[in-house]
Amino acid sequence: MKAYFGRRYVLSASHRLHTDALTAEQNRATYGKCNNPHGHGHNYVVEVLAGGAVDPETGMVVNMAALDEAVRSRVLDRFDHTNLNLDPLFVNRVPTTENLSKAIFTLLDGAFAPAKLELVRVEETENNFFECTGD
Amino acid sequence: MIFLTRRATFSASHYYWNDAWPAEKNEQVFGRCANRNGHGHNYTLEVTVEGEPDPVTGFVVDLKWLKDVMEREVLSAWDHRHLNLEVAEFAAGKLIPTTENIAIAAWNRLKPVVTSAGGARLSRVRVYETPEIFAEYRGEL
Repeated sequence: MKAYFGRRYVLSASHRLHTDALTAEQNRATYGKCNNPHGHGHNYVVEVLAGGAVDPETGMVVNMAALDEAVRSRVLDRFDHTNLNLDPLFVNRVPTTENLSKAIFTLLDGAFAPAKLELVRVEETENNFFECTGD
Repeated sequence: MIFLTRRATFSASHYYWNDAWPAEKNEQVFGRCANRNGHGHNYTLEVTVEGEPDPVTGFVVDLKWLKDVMEREVLSAWDHRHLNLEVAEFAAGKLIPTTENIAIAAWNRLKPVVTSAGGARLSRVRVYETPEIFAEYRGEL
């Protein structure tokens, strides 16, 4: 019996959307306020969806304590209260929330087997969110 | 194809316990959820059906009908109940009332009624235990 277990976490971080591949003017035109040289921040909500068979002994797809530990050690400790642009993953990649959701998917993939990472959803604000299914 | 979701809330108590295990293992695996005095949550039940809008009414399903089905099949049996002690699916030796199993049990209660109505199909049941924790079942084996 396959089911899904989801959990939401919060991390606060700053970023600046800017790429050296564009001129200063093009960066401003593309990223608008998000190109502010001093950066800005968000309280990101990271939703992690695990899928797999429900263990008949525990009734669980994944033990939440194991999931929490994986997310804490691999994602929250790394990104919470940091400047995303300074993380090695974003040295050559703009820390858009699209790219952040992909980075988090990569960091968590395989971390809580036998349950499978199905989806990472990152809400940048209440009104915009991004999802990565690893495709 | 349109997916339509109705949300409802219920409040219930539960604990996690596997009778096949010694107490120490239950406490180790389930932590605070193994407290036999139980604890409770305000659950949110989200039921999603899928189908094409009816050409006459524009409805995938009548939302009042779906509300009544959720109330009759699930909420009337679970709301303000102790899931382990008062709900058949979660009686001792049966399913542990984890959020995963609650989602599956809600699906099993709703599926025959939605199917026999002959319109939209049951697509997904999602159960929030808290705003941060949820489980869902899509009928996959």
